[in-house]
This record gives sequence, C-alpha cells and structure tokens, in this order.
Amino acid sequence: MMFSKYLFFILSFIAIYAALKVLISKSPMHSVLYLTLAFFAIAGHYILLNAQFLAVVHIIVYAGAIMVLFIYTVMLLNLNIQGEFPKTKLVNIASIIAGGLLMLTLIAVFKSYDMEVLTNPNYNQIGLVKTLGKVLFKDYFLPFELSSVLFLAAMVGAVMLGKKDIY
Amino acid sequence: MSDTIQNMQIIPLEYYIFFCSALFAIGVVGVLVKRNALVIFMSIELMLNSANLLLAAFSAYRNDPAGQIFVFFIMVVAAAEVAIGLALLVMIYRSTHTIDINVLNKLKW
Repeated sequence: MMFSKYLFFILSFIAIYAALKVLISKSPMHSVLYLTLAFFAIAGHYILLNAQFLAVVHIIVYAGAIMVLFIYTVMLLNLNIQGEFPKTKLVNIASIIAGGLLMLTLIAVFKSYDMEVLTNPNYNQIGLVKTLGKVLFKDYFLPFELSSVLFLAAMVGAVMLGKKDIY
Repeated sequence: MSDTIQNMQIIPLEYYIFFCSALFAIGVVGVLVKRNALVIFMSIELMLNSANLLLAAFSAYRNDPAGQIFVFFIMVVAAAEVAIGLALLVMIYRSTHTIDINVLNKLKW
C-alpha cells in the first residue's frame, strides 16, 4: 500500500504549490483559480483520511459556493485597472521570516507532545455519513440549529450591506 | 476498511502536522505580505483549511467523530464569514474606489 503514501505526497505538493501561487500571482483572478486548485487537493486529503462526508461538503461549500463568491467579487470590483502596489522590501522579508518562524514553532510544539495513535480496527468508519449524522443529531443538535440562525443572520447582513443607499 | 487502517499505519500523523503547519504559515505570510484585501481573505481561507485538515486528521487517527463535526461547523462559520466579508469589501470599494489596505487606514490612529 505504498500507493497512498505517494498520493499523500502528490496532493501535499499540489496544495502547497497552489497556495504559494495564490500569493505570487499578480492578478486576483489567478489567485482565485489557484485557491480552487488548493481546495481540490485538500478534498483529496479528506478522501485519503476516509472522511468522505467532509470531502463532499468541502467541495460543495468551498469550490462550489465560496469560490463563486470570490470570482463574482473580482468581477464586480474590476481590479485589473487598479494595479497593485507592492509593499516595501523590508516589510516583505520581515513577514516571510515571521511566517517561517511561526511554522517552526508550530512543528516544535506538536513534536514536543508525544502522541500515541489510537486506531481501533473494528470501528473505523467515522468519516461516513451514517456515523457523523448520528453524532451530529444526537450530541451536537443545538449547535447545528444555531448555525442555521447564523446563516440567516449572515444572509440578512450581506443583503443589508449590498444595498446601495445605506451610507 | 482494512485499506484505511493500513493507510494510517503507512502515513504517520507527523506528515499531516508538517503539511498543515506549512499551509498555515503560507496563509500567515499572505496576510502579512499582500495589500489586496481580496487576497488577504483568500489567505484567511487557506489558514482555516489547514486547521480543518489537521482536525480531521486527528479525528480519523484517534477514532473520534466529534472532530469531523467540528470541521463541519468551522466550514459553516467560514461560509458565513466570507459572505459578510465580501459584502463589506464591495461596499468599501463603492465608497472609496480601492481595496488597497494601506489606503484603508482611517481607523489606525
């Protein structure tokens, strides 16, 4: 089963390459498309973890809904005329060093904690809809209902902000 | 199902930690480096996704479905956040005709 290991490395490479291209690309449209590629690679990671429900929800929510929102916003803002001014070199270098240090710190923190991996061979179907649905509607029913209220509030807020004559 | 168990023994949990840390750091660098507010939003999405993936990995390796439910809720909150954030961005663009964050510094001092 070395195949899944290669798959992990390929998907990781695609995701990190796409994430870097999001930052490097000059045009926001290219950034959005590379971000979509990164999201698909992450959905592949979910499938590799046997979390099919999360993979499908990830594709529907991120590649289907959020990316369309981003693309519409790029279209509405007409950013190509604007032209992006780069920050000073010092700020760029400082932020890249800060990000690298953050990554080192995160890895060191996770490594210092000795994790024992518990995989029960009899019960490893936790990513399937059946299991997750039972947990969601038994233990996390109130947050689930509250999230619908959150969505309603977000929808009303977005419509309010989108109106022309509120300022 | 036995395939998945073998997968988990082949791919150590540390690999997921390295990958998600790298993705999170890329997101942080994006927030710090870019001046376009839209790209900053995309970097925030990248950070949310790396946290989600690590949560799902821990959930799968420790056999706890609650982690994947949390990922689901994080996705819900991220969708609401993007809808509001992009509406705000369009409104700011309408009133100031720019989304360069170095211009939008009226609240800085």
